[in-house]
Amino acid sequence: MYHTLSIGELARRLAAKEISSVALTQHFLARIQRLNPSLNAVITLTAERALEAARAADRRLEAGERGRLLGIPLIHKDIFCTEGVRTSCGSRMLDNFISPYDATIVTKLKAAGTVMLGKSNMDEFAMGSSNETSYYGPVKNPWDITKVPGGSSGGSSAASAARLAPFTTGTDTGGSIRQPAALTGVTGVKPTYGRVSRYGMIAFASSLDQAGVLARSAQDAAAVLEVMAGFDPKDSTSVDAPVPDYPTLLEAPLKGLKIGLLREFFEGLESRNAALIRDALKVYTAMGAETLEVSLPHLPLSVPTYYVVAPAECSSNLSRFDGVRFGYRCDQPKDLMDLYERSRGEGFGPEVKRRIMTGTYVLSAGYFDAYYLKAQKVRRLITDDFRAAFEKVDLLIGPTTPTPAFAIGAKVDDPVTMYLNDIYTIGANLAGLPGISAPCGFVDGLPVGMQLIGPHFSEARLLSAAHHYQQSTDWHLKTPGGYE
Amino acid sequence: MSAKESNWEVVIGLEIHAQLATRSKIFSGSPTAYGAPPNTQANLVDLAYPGVLPVLNGEALRMAVKFGLAIGAAIAPRSVFARKNYFYPDLPKGYQISQYEHPVVGKGSIGILLDDGAVKTVGITRAHLEEDAGKSLHEGLANASGIDLNRAGTPLLEIVSEPDMRSAKEAVAYMKKIHTLVRYLEICDGNMQEGSFRCDANVSVRPGGAVKFGTRAEIKNLNSFRFVEKAIQYEVARQIDLIESGGKVVQETRLYDSDKNETRSMRSKEEANDYRYFPDPDLLPVQVDEAFIASVRTTLPELPDEKAARFARDFGLSAYDAGVLCASREMSVYYETLVTALGVPHAKLAANIVMGELSGALNRDNLDIGASRVSPEALAGLMMRIVDGTISGKMAKDVFESMWSGGGTADAIIEAQGLRQITDTGAIEAVIDSVIAANPKQLADYRSGKDNLFRFFAGQVMKATGGKANPTQLNELLKAKLAGGGSG
Repeated sequence: MYHTLSIGELARRLAAKEISSVALTQHFLARIQRLNPSLNAVITLTAERALEAARAADRRLEAGERGRLLGIPLIHKDIFCTEGVRTSCGSRMLDNFISPYDATIVTKLKAAGTVMLGKSNMDEFAMGSSNETSYYGPVKNPWDITKVPGGSSGGSSAASAARLAPFTTGTDTGGSIRQPAALTGVTGVKPTYGRVSRYGMIAFASSLDQAGVLARSAQDAAAVLEVMAGFDPKDSTSVDAPVPDYPTLLEAPLKGLKIGLLREFFEGLESRNAALIRDALKVYTAMGAETLEVSLPHLPLSVPTYYVVAPAECSSNLSRFDGVRFGYRCDQPKDLMDLYERSRGEGFGPEVKRRIMTGTYVLSAGYFDAYYLKAQKVRRLITDDFRAAFEKVDLLIGPTTPTPAFAIGAKVDDPVTMYLNDIYTIGANLAGLPGISAPCGFVDGLPVGMQLIGPHFSEARLLSAAHHYQQSTDWHLKTPGGYE
Repeated sequence: MSAKESNWEVVIGLEIHAQLATRSKIFSGSPTAYGAPPNTQANLVDLAYPGVLPVLNGEALRMAVKFGLAIGAAIAPRSVFARKNYFYPDLPKGYQISQYEHPVVGKGSIGILLDDGAVKTVGITRAHLEEDAGKSLHEGLANASGIDLNRAGTPLLEIVSEPDMRSAKEAVAYMKKIHTLVRYLEICDGNMQEGSFRCDANVSVRPGGAVKFGTRAEIKNLNSFRFVEKAIQYEVARQIDLIESGGKVVQETRLYDSDKNETRSMRSKEEANDYRYFPDPDLLPVQVDEAFIASVRTTLPELPDEKAARFARDFGLSAYDAGVLCASREMSVYYETLVTALGVPHAKLAANIVMGELSGALNRDNLDIGASRVSPEALAGLMMRIVDGTISGKMAKDVFESMWSGGGTADAIIEAQGLRQITDTGAIEAVIDSVIAANPKQLADYRSGKDNLFRFFAGQVMKATGGKANPTQLNELLKAKLAGGGSG
């Protein structure tokens, strides 16, 4: 059926008029209606809009237009503003927020002829690693519905894994694309900071946030990233550099590629997970890659560094949610302070509050130097470590997460343990580097992801490396039972 | 200054907020025009909608650099926008984007003219770019406050002086000087009623001769030169009274109430917000290179001090007159246009009429020189008739008034009202003869030594010519006739 096909194959069939975008859309809408109730991955279904967009795509196809994504359905993470459609960011604060505009990536994907089926669940304001902080309730992992799908793009990862759409969009501030991709057995790409516009993506931590894609394969992800990427005059931090044609660069030969095995990523890693990464490395050496071990001495400091920088930025970014102009407003405010306190107190969930408080604290007079400035210095050291490593190797490889998916509820009462789930992914965000997580095996029936990290703007090489791996393995084709 | 105040030294520093005259806001494409209906000039960026991002308006940066160059300041090759965090309904993002540790304009200075004619240099610590907030509306709404975000995101240049001023007068002179400069540079319209140019004053006092500064109070949001002067005067007296009666000045923010002419405490240092400044991650550091600075430098006009010096030198004006004529760019342009039309030899005369009749008429009708009812070319037309003797200076005043009230060109008015001066010697002599003939007793008295009867005869002759006789000729001819020449 359609949901088992790659984006490339779907595009070929659409072009050959073997299928229509409307039929494709109806198929996926039906799957969502049937399969989503047990997963809670999709929190807004936009069936009518989807069919309208599909009809428009069919007309463009009919007129002879061709495009890699023309007529292809998708689900957007609910962090991206979508005009006329609720954009909740997983929060009660924005439960009533109908965005008056489209995020730049939404506009770009629309222009490419994609069809939005709906919006996916997520950790509230992208703060979480398990999708348990959502106002709309936790998302279940399709591989085992007692397990989390990862976060914060947990709705997108679960939807991709359950084949509710050919691909989904996500955002990655500390691992929020790669970690859920790993825990649900899909391919997740976090591009270089500045590669994809952040305009219209509700900010969590502006210097770390980056939009990306979750798909079945690196090949599918390449087609999507090629459309999403590029300079946006509305985002001062987006980079004005040409976008390579990722799909055509996938087949670039691997021979001679130098892959660095990150020593720090294996310390304390469960042996079965470690073994899967070493297996993946063998696949690469078999294809002609060279491997060597490298060390990033400051990398173990990335979690504490992140949990200063990200909350600091979020405490300021979330100040605009004040009950005045949009979003949740408390009932019958007595005065201005009451309006602020109750609107924010009732509109935000506990994890968001925890981070706002942490961030406010680290920016406060008397603590700023000890926390925020110190964290910025460590961030610089971590970035330098990566730079030094990339003088020796082309890519780094390691696990995406310390463990496979954990049980829903297992870590909710222990934020520090929860935060440690991002220990392998945060470094790339702090250094602004691109990273990919791709499925590389199973432990106890749950998928495990390997992570590739490259220098700035090395997405083409990363996608190509993941693609070569996926040409030699079939982990990425495994589908959870009941979703085949 | 009272005797009491003379024991104290006053120390003042100003933070001037000049609204930059860009067409759109500093971080969004919304227009900045004043007076539009509430919230019609606020887009999603100004309203701080989820997901929106700021993009720096390059024109605002260019204007800030222009100012920096005009005060001889170092332009930072790299400056950084920071977030100043606080909650207020007219601050949609919950933070103001400003420059904190790394402003675009570094140390500079400007000279002010003191009463004794000396020039005092006032240091400028820095000038930085920031966005304005919106405003809350409390009138006409029952049990509610409105918010107008039209002004939110309007670009401001905050110009911070050193604590170099020693009196309210100096503070006003400095503020006026900056006001003149930003208007010359065409980076601010200087409209104080609309809030385009306003300041906060940091005021402290210390015993004469002391080295250490006293504790300062900051008076917020002064939007007229008069208020700056009065607020500082009040504050200085308040602080001195307080200290002399055994009290202590506390560091605080105060508001000036112009109705009561007093300052009132707004919040103390302890209550002050912790703004939690940090670099804005949505905006990259601003890089300014030499080529950019050079390109801005080419747009610098002749600055007020340079122009005043040139006027004094080339037109033979006093430093004071040159300063007055250059106090606004429009005034200096008007004056120079007039001199060009009239010829440099008459520059002093031109200065007198611009600072006299013209300024008087403008003040009377409360007009800016740009809205003058008499153009410099038309005024030159009038003055030509003084210079060539067609009319007297006294007649010119009447002609000017006619021109001001729309009576046409000087020549047309002179013609229509028959004001042409009589310069025909024969005609004047004929009148003199008839006046002398009609007043034989006065003539006899004059000739017997009553010299002051000359004015009687001159008056009679002038009266008989309807005031049109050329006064110089009249005097000469009359003197000769009364002396009893052969023609008697």
